[in-house]
Amino acid sequence: MMTVDLAAQSVRDLNKALHECKENITEKEWVVTNPKGNHNIAVGLDAEISVDIHGHAGYFCAGMNKTANVTVHGNVGQGVAENMMSGVVRVKGDASQAAGATAQGGLLVIEGNAGARCGISMKGVDIVVKGSIGHMSCFMGQSGSLVVCGDAGEALGDSLYEVHIYVKGSVKSLGADCIEKDMRSEHIAELKGLLEKAGVDENPLDFKRYGSARQLYTFKVDNASAY
Amino acid sequence: MCGIVGLYLKNDKFENSLGELFEPMLISMTDRGPDSAGFAIYGDEVGEGWVKLTLRHPDEDYRWEELSDNLSASLGCEIKWMQNANVVVLKINTNESSARRALAELDADVLILSAGSSIEILKEVGLPENIASKFNLSGMKGSHIIGHTRMATESAVTMEGSHPFSTGSDLCLVHNGSLSNHNRLRDTLKREGITFETENDSEVAAGYLTWRLNQGDSLKVALENALKDLDGFFTFTIGTKDGFAVMRDPIACKPAVLAETDDYVAMASEYQALVSLPGIENAKVWEPEPATFYVWERK
Repeated sequence: MMTVDLAAQSVRDLNKALHECKENITEKEWVVTNPKGNHNIAVGLDAEISVDIHGHAGYFCAGMNKTANVTVHGNVGQGVAENMMSGVVRVKGDASQAAGATAQGGLLVIEGNAGARCGISMKGVDIVVKGSIGHMSCFMGQSGSLVVCGDAGEALGDSLYEVHIYVKGSVKSLGADCIEKDMRSEHIAELKGLLEKAGVDENPLDFKRYGSARQLYTFKVDNASAY
Repeated sequence: MCGIVGLYLKNDKFENSLGELFEPMLISMTDRGPDSAGFAIYGDEVGEGWVKLTLRHPDEDYRWEELSDNLSASLGCEIKWMQNANVVVLKINTNESSARRALAELDADVLILSAGSSIEILKEVGLPENIASKFNLSGMKGSHIIGHTRMATESAVTMEGSHPFSTGSDLCLVHNGSLSNHNRLRDTLKREGITFETENDSEVAAGYLTWRLNQGDSLKVALENALKDLDGFFTFTIGTKDGFAVMRDPIACKPAVLAETDDYVAMASEYQALVSLPGIENAKVWEPEPATFYVWERK
């Protein structure tokens, strides 16, 4: 196990050492202490390593992650796991806005609450939030799944494409073209799998499913000739 | 961009080290606002019948003693004064409007940065660490303090355009964001008798709150009304003689984080501004909700 103390070393030193694991994994388990709200911690990883961050991290923590397993034992600022490709990012505390923005794959688990715009423009990631999420979440979400065990804020799934959204609690309002849909057996199975993968003990039957009504411009065959 | 920070003490435990605790908070927000900085500190309250003014003159060698003597003669009352770099704090045994009138007659170039019974505002163009050291921030004592590091977007980089803004007795405001209806609102407020020193949008927000408080609103009601009447992006931190408030607009794209312990409430644009506070590891840390205000008041 390798420990990097950010009170003694810079974020750049840490990220450089983590990036070197892409070519040669000298150490599979990394521990980061004293993150102190610094931005860009453990960004751009591309190796099968695990990184445990003890304390609160700043913006873009674990952004662009590939295959690595990053756990933050604290809160994170804006844009955690933004544009993640694969791997797992787990936040033990709360996340600020734009968690998992544009992420294309992997699993993001937030054990606390997530702020506004959680999963904005997500493109294939699975996001599981044990708490609640803020307004405009999953805006223009394209694919993947968003699971919320608490409540969702205003305008959930506005201009949604094909993300599967599951919410256990209340939804303050749905965004344009986002509607409630039936929970069919394949959805219950999918949700069960996501909850298990995230290690969250909830009953899939307690959730409602939301998705795209496919009524906006891009879904209309009449507009196909415009391209 | 801009950075905002605030520290409000819930008891007297850290009153003697308020400036020392706050200085690293302000300096840590340099990345968000390197062009000017300022802070409003509350403490050293004057008694009934007295007013406290913070004054600034563009001339570094301005003769404050002479001004104080002349002011004392003109008002026929006692004045205590204390100089801090190019700023002076006057404690005058009269009311605010008499003091303002007498001062305007004696020297119209003297700028009143703040007026009230407790507030002192110190602000300047330059790097936050230079401004903190210029005014000896780390040695200051008080009950609460609010600061700002500026990256100007809506008006020029000048001392006048830097924050905090104060438009009323013991009230101050710092702002991260931009208001879109400030011109029309400024005109309305001018007709209501609020005066403005700059073209800055944030000063309009301060003027708006002063107007509502003058109308008899409590701080909470004034903030409720502000949510309806102010259009644009904002995270505000507001100070009054006994109170401290944080408010975000409904879009909430300007960041904010709050931390609370038994001894203090701290606010910052980013968590990294809070890491030097005592007991922060075990503090309750959370992001304030959109279109919501948080108020703390000392009884």
